[in-house]
Amino acid sequence: MRVELAMAVALAGPLAGAAAIALFGRRPNLRDGAMIVASVVTFLAVYRILPAVDAGGRPELFLFDFVPGLGIRFVIEPLGMLFALVASFLWIVTSFYAIGYMRGHGEENQTRFYVCFAIAISAALGVAMSGNMLTLFIAYEVLTLSTYPLVTHHQSPESMRAGRTYLGILLSTSIGLQLVGIVWTYGATGTLDFTPGGILAGKVEGWPLIVLLFLYMYGIGKAALLPIHRWLPAAMVAPTPVSALLHAVAVVKAGVFTVLKVAIYIFGVDYLSETGASTWLMYVAGATVVIASLVALTKDNLKARLAYSTVSQLSYVVLGAALATSWSVVGGAMHIAMHAFGKITLFFCAGAIMVAAHKTEISDMAGLGRRMPFTFAAFAVGALSVTGLPPLGGVWSKWYLGLGAVEAEQLIFVAVLMISSLLNVAYLIPVAARGFISPKREGDPVPQPVGAAVAHDGHEDEDGIREAPMFCVVPLCLTAIGCLALFFAADDIAAFLAPIAQR
Amino acid sequence: MTAHLPALQVVITLLAAPACILVRGRDLTFWLALLTTWAAFAVSCLLLDQVMTSGIVSYELGGWAAPFGIEYRVDALNAFVLLIVSGIGAIVLPFTPRSLLIEMVGEKAYLFYCAFLLCVTGLLGVAITGDAFNLFVFLEISSLASCILISLGPHRRALTAAFQYLIVGTIGATFIVIGIGLIYGATGTLNLNDIAERLPATGYNRTVIAAFAFLIVGAAIKLALFPLHFWLPKAYTYAPSTVSAFLAATATKVGVYVLIRFLFTVFGVKFSFDILPTALPLMLLAVLAMFVASTVAIFQDSVKRMLAYSSVAQIGYMVLGLSLVTVDGLTASIVHLFNHALMKGALFLAIGCIAYRQSSFRIDDLAGMGRRMPWTMAAFTAGGLSLIGIPLTAGFISKWYLILAALAADEPLIAALIVISSLLAVIYVWRVVEAAYFREPGPGAPSGEAPLALLIPTWVLIALNVYFGIETSLPVGVSEHAARALMGAGP
Amino acid sequence: MVDFVGLYNYWIVVFLMMAGLYLVIEHGNLVKKMVGLTVFQAAVFLLYITLGKVRDGTAPIIAEGIETYSNPLPHVLILTAIVVGVATLALGLALVVRIRDAYGTIEEDEIGDQDGPAI
Repeated sequence: MRVELAMAVALAGPLAGAAAIALFGRRPNLRDGAMIVASVVTFLAVYRILPAVDAGGRPELFLFDFVPGLGIRFVIEPLGMLFALVASFLWIVTSFYAIGYMRGHGEENQTRFYVCFAIAISAALGVAMSGNMLTLFIAYEVLTLSTYPLVTHHQSPESMRAGRTYLGILLSTSIGLQLVGIVWTYGATGTLDFTPGGILAGKVEGWPLIVLLFLYMYGIGKAALLPIHRWLPAAMVAPTPVSALLHAVAVVKAGVFTVLKVAIYIFGVDYLSETGASTWLMYVAGATVVIASLVALTKDNLKARLAYSTVSQLSYVVLGAALATSWSVVGGAMHIAMHAFGKITLFFCAGAIMVAAHKTEISDMAGLGRRMPFTFAAFAVGALSVTGLPPLGGVWSKWYLGLGAVEAEQLIFVAVLMISSLLNVAYLIPVAARGFISPKREGDPVPQPVGAAVAHDGHEDEDGIREAPMFCVVPLCLTAIGCLALFFAADDIAAFLAPIAQR
Repeated sequence: MTAHLPALQVVITLLAAPACILVRGRDLTFWLALLTTWAAFAVSCLLLDQVMTSGIVSYELGGWAAPFGIEYRVDALNAFVLLIVSGIGAIVLPFTPRSLLIEMVGEKAYLFYCAFLLCVTGLLGVAITGDAFNLFVFLEISSLASCILISLGPHRRALTAAFQYLIVGTIGATFIVIGIGLIYGATGTLNLNDIAERLPATGYNRTVIAAFAFLIVGAAIKLALFPLHFWLPKAYTYAPSTVSAFLAATATKVGVYVLIRFLFTVFGVKFSFDILPTALPLMLLAVLAMFVASTVAIFQDSVKRMLAYSSVAQIGYMVLGLSLVTVDGLTASIVHLFNHALMKGALFLAIGCIAYRQSSFRIDDLAGMGRRMPWTMAAFTAGGLSLIGIPLTAGFISKWYLILAALAADEPLIAALIVISSLLAVIYVWRVVEAAYFREPGPGAPSGEAPLALLIPTWVLIALNVYFGIETSLPVGVSEHAARALMGAGP
Repeated sequence: MVDFVGLYNYWIVVFLMMAGLYLVIEHGNLVKKMVGLTVFQAAVFLLYITLGKVRDGTAPIIAEGIETYSNPLPHVLILTAIVVGVATLALGLALVVRIRDAYGTIEEDEIGDQDGPAI
């Protein structure tokens, strides 16, 4: 299979999957099978591209031009390759998980759900592979629109409200700011192609450059900088697989991926550091890291806490872009992968707890770990990875980001990273710890009459809680193992990403 | 044959109109009307091709030489407008027979086709003619015919809407005719090109300025420029859906054409924008239209009325583009002229599909429509996305060029306003989408898709929206060509 | 002063125009609106005819002894405009008849009272 064909398959695979899912809507087993097949094919196609990119190639897929020189173009470079690999791999895992979750939870409208899900993946891959800013923008918008039905899946007034927040913030920032930035860039430079070293150098200078950076950074609402992060917690009303894939991988990572793309290939890392145009962004990103972590501490709802944790972690990547050094950019890019695996594990666990125990509040989860050992063990692994402790993947991205901060002589951000890690410990570890260690709350009838257990369908536990279905547990164990594996793969990833930081 | 294309463009439909009354049979008149509009569409395609390959086509009606006889003068701009009018007519007309049965009196259908053809004739005539008074006559033909079409709406309020349209339209046309008279007094000629050549010699005296004012205000009424738009929402709301689709897509566009023609060709850039400060007021009114009308649209209960207000806002974009007085701005205006015809036509046709199943257009009554009429609502949503300006739709191309033009003209504020106002479109489109897809249908809500005869024209327009969102060489190429000519034509 | 009186045609035009517009705007009676519209249009006819008049000119007939004659073109134009005006009037009155059938009145405010909120 030629590489260009593989790109086409990777982009079209999820769409074909969506069509098949819609076609088999009335036969759930066939439908879910189609989804699995599509996800595997998509991943294999993406994987097929890897050797070519690793060898220094930049495979290109050209569709058509809007205006001469400006059209739909897909080019893969290491950064996009990494994002595409992560997104397509996690789609497979999430597909299994979603099947377990949606069936276990008895959700309605499953077909619509899976169709939109597949379209969203296609859009995320489109973002990853886009060869110019316009293509990226289009894929970005498709991603927003296709995830809206997922957020409002329950059709309750609450989810409708959340959906409005979601769409309102994402569309208004992307059309209101990002598009203006894009048109401005096009007007100033006559091109929107992602070019190593950037295209703006010498074309836009001084204050306008800072304004342009502002338009981009706040136009990419999916990167969830304060104060436009509101959509992310709001979107947590969605079913958990959505939160897992979209808000740990596809949507938010598409946001920070775009941030990196813009910083590297539109502005140019060197141009940013020379002009200091991104200094303000460092502080905004640093503030987002700390403030969102603090907010996360106050949340008792597990998904809400994870959501704010995501807001905080996303700004690591933005910080990496803002520091504008070769280390920080690599660290930011690496964080996309590291955080994706860590956070998706955490969300999977949150969903598994919801399916198995119907618990959403952290304070209710005391002691659950003994009955759901795999889930809580995986949660602990994910939490440690997000915090950034060895031997888990998360440590490396923070390491490179720290190096970047030193290189940029912005030592304050080393401190920010440290404080954030401490806060991570404070808000994530207790969740896992409580599950295993916390004694039962008072009032629980500790000595059980022997006959009571029999009354609960023969379960051993007094309240009938046990591990979630296999479809849920296996994926979350896989991603937890992934966190571990990434720790050892970090060198390879850094070497693979090195070209994006080259001058 | 090709030498007589300009005359054929108008004559075909003009002759078919009385023929409809002679024929009378419902199906027969339909096919007659259909064939003639398609023929007119073919003629306009040929004309555009001819203009783009070999330049301006001039046709002397009845063989009378230009400044004395009536000249039909086709350049890129009006060839493009002709294409829009006849194309939309050709697509919308197949929609009517099934729609007529529901919304209008079936047995008098032949009168409808007669009025429809007259309306097409009038709009084509306004666009093609190079003679000022001829322009007025065609304008009146189109406005009287469209008044009849509006009055055929299913609700009795269509009558009052039509009456108001008649009064306001006549006042607008009379303003134009006063302006033409004053220009004639000042220059002694009625040929638009001849006027343009002779005007500088008048020293732009007060007569010319008065003529200018009358003409611009008259055109502004015709194109429903805020705040002279008050007749439009009522007319589009109560007219039959086909008529709303056709008029929304063409009538105001021809109004914009008249404005552009007078501002740029007849009076010339120097007089219109350098000597008189026309650009700023136009820009302000355009921005006001974009914001006020979009905001009003958000608060409408009826989808049709919402779309009507959205039209007023979209006209703001067109006027905004030309008020930049640059080639880029004019290009954006003309591109949007075309694209808006496609999107509004599609949206109103989708409304027509809904009308086939239920008589209410209230947004609340559209609850669950996404499941009851999936194809119709999918079309509506696609049209709505185009209206917002989501990429891969025609609307995006319009916004792209408009913002680019504003930035190129050093008006970043205007660019920002364009963007913000398109966010208002997100709100009003989304209200409908939300009701249709994420609310359960009320008890007793009718269900079942509209017939193919209605769906196909709707989807043809949607397909064009997507096609011209991707392949832009036709609208952009023609518009740029036209804009260059217009900006260069000034003295 | 001579100019002022000499241009009296134009003053009449302006007066008729304003009177017509005022009628259209002010009157709630639909028939009276049509009357106003017709007066407004008539003013324009007069304007055109006045434009065509050449001082001391006669009718534009080619005959011996006629040196100066009025411009015939505006007259021809106005013939067309009158036709348009008649069509407008006819259509307007037809609509008024239909409105009366539907509402039982031709007063604007009474019509407005009869319909509920927008559909």
